[in-house]
Amino acid sequence: MTDPFTHFGQFGGRFVPEALMEALDELDAEFKAAKTDTAFLAEVERLAHDYVGRPSPLTSVPKFAERCGGATVLLKREDLNHTGSHKINNVLGQALLAVRMGKTRLIAETGAGQHGVATATAAALFGLECVVYMGEVDTERQALNVARMELLGAKVVPVSVGARTLKDAINEALRDWVANVEHTHYLLGTVTGPAPFPEIVRYFQSIIGTETRAQVLNRVGRLPDAVAACVGGGSNAMGIFSGFMDDPHVALWGFEAGGLGVETGQHSARFSVGRPGVLHGARTYLMQDQAGQTLPSYSISAGMDYPGVGPEHAFLFESGRAHYEPVTDAEAMTAFAALARSEGILPALETAHGLAGAMRLGERLGPDSVIVVNLSGRGDKDVDTAARYFDLL
Amino acid sequence: MTEPDIGTEPNAVVAAFERAKAGSRALLIGYWPAGFPDEQSSIEMVETMLANGVDAVEIGLPYTDPVMDGPVIAEAAEVALANGATHQTAFDVVAAVSGTDAPILAMTYWNLIEQFGPGAFAAELARAGGAGVITPDLPAEEAEAWVAASNTADVARVFLAAPSSTQQRLDVVADASSGFVYAASLMGVTGTRDSVSGDARELVARLRAVTDLPIAVGLGVSTREQAAQVAAYADGVIVGSAFVRQVLDHPDLQSARRAVADLAADLARGVAEGYPA
Repeated sequence: MTDPFTHFGQFGGRFVPEALMEALDELDAEFKAAKTDTAFLAEVERLAHDYVGRPSPLTSVPKFAERCGGATVLLKREDLNHTGSHKINNVLGQALLAVRMGKTRLIAETGAGQHGVATATAAALFGLECVVYMGEVDTERQALNVARMELLGAKVVPVSVGARTLKDAINEALRDWVANVEHTHYLLGTVTGPAPFPEIVRYFQSIIGTETRAQVLNRVGRLPDAVAACVGGGSNAMGIFSGFMDDPHVALWGFEAGGLGVETGQHSARFSVGRPGVLHGARTYLMQDQAGQTLPSYSISAGMDYPGVGPEHAFLFESGRAHYEPVTDAEAMTAFAALARSEGILPALETAHGLAGAMRLGERLGPDSVIVVNLSGRGDKDVDTAARYFDLL
Repeated sequence: MTEPDIGTEPNAVVAAFERAKAGSRALLIGYWPAGFPDEQSSIEMVETMLANGVDAVEIGLPYTDPVMDGPVIAEAAEVALANGATHQTAFDVVAAVSGTDAPILAMTYWNLIEQFGPGAFAAELARAGGAGVITPDLPAEEAEAWVAASNTADVARVFLAAPSSTQQRLDVVADASSGFVYAASLMGVTGTRDSVSGDARELVARLRAVTDLPIAVGLGVSTREQAAQVAAYADGVIVGSAFVRQVLDHPDLQSARRAVADLAADLARGVAEGYPA
């Protein structure tokens, strides 16, 4: 029997209640049809250009690069997209799929709020009802993004069960979807979840990698030595990695949340301490106890605070094609401040993990190296957290 | 995926459906989470159900991320985990309540089987006297290891069907199942409802077209009247949240246990009253 669902080696698959199987099959079929429909592709491209503002620039940051061993550092500016992060790339694509399927309602989970804001934006644009599930802990630390979603017409539901963060928001969104699947599309925000979500989200995010590869070649006349990105669920990383997958000499680096330090247990470092298991519909690397119960994750950054990771990252980790290391809260905040002061760019706290990773890579690779970092989001939403961290409030 | 081998028809589950049929009633299946609110109390609750007309019991393994469960069972799982429930708790509860004619099944999210090891899980459950396992988030297509493990240990393998399932998927679900097929009455999570969805009857009819296995209906059944309604067309009636909520709704375990006994007796009347003449 052929593999009916997309797997990445032993990872991925589709571990969901039977009630969702039909909807996932429908989504899979619609996605496959849309990919070869020139009208659909033209609409995706038109929105990317006219609404999102693509292509996003590639910015050289020589002063920040001094903190990176003197390497040439180039930032892919997804923070300059409409709504402030890479999330919009996937959201517009999936919202178009939802419209094609005749769905009238979008639901989404959100951690930092970026994906929720992007989904609320698309719902407003396409005239769809929108409900966003957000852990209560995150509605508190991202109050401004909650207000943004509400201003856009979405309903934000705080989730007060379990750990009250992203993981529990996904549980609640899945429960909603099971009950309302006939007219509702679950607009999953990252490369996790049951097949075909990881494949769909990567597809719509791959524009980042495609643009970046051409921009780097044009800028420095060669491919980069390393591509770095933060990895929460892993969609911005998958997006930029996908442009370099077939360039074996380009090292792919994902940086996950080391929180207060991997040794403290307060982190989201799935590849440091996790092992394969099944969560939210896919087999992947998970933070779990011996029995298979999900362990609570932690990060100063809501978007990194997730005990699982996209299954394709698990595959890239085991195959050795990509490398993953933890970055602590403190390292991320140092990188956050460094970029702000040296270049006048406030990155999202998630993104700051990738920047901290680039500082580390630059020291290792030296001044002749070229490093591209996916600047996945802007830090406006994090001003409150950062101000408290640096004792400004 | 290897061809599911139904082979030597398991076991106590099939026999129980046959007995119920001979007695002109649908099989009444109760659900209780292992270790809720603690191990000893969960054993007593299951014993109370069995002593008052429940024919078979699913023992739930509490899990941190129960996406198929509504607020009642999700809360019970949180309480059980906080009180230290483990796989061993579930095996201990199964061992304590099995040994009679009443089949005892486990109901668990897949990761708890995968991490324990499918072979070890099936073997431990069988050793404890368990007769089957219901896996609500394991599609047949992902079940290769589980088909082998459950066959080896001779435990029934129960997959779920849903109102949204195409006829083709019902075929897959029924082919992979042994013991019985669990028909989800509605599109949604566990929890009591004011009425049983009309989709249930149609789903059972569609399943009958593809399988001779008994079919039990679950999700949203909580009263004698609803049990009677479902017994008119299904071989089994599954009640979970309505039992579990008694502990959450009563001030102490003693009064909760009396309420569980009353509900069991009431539902038992329902599954006989509704049975087609």
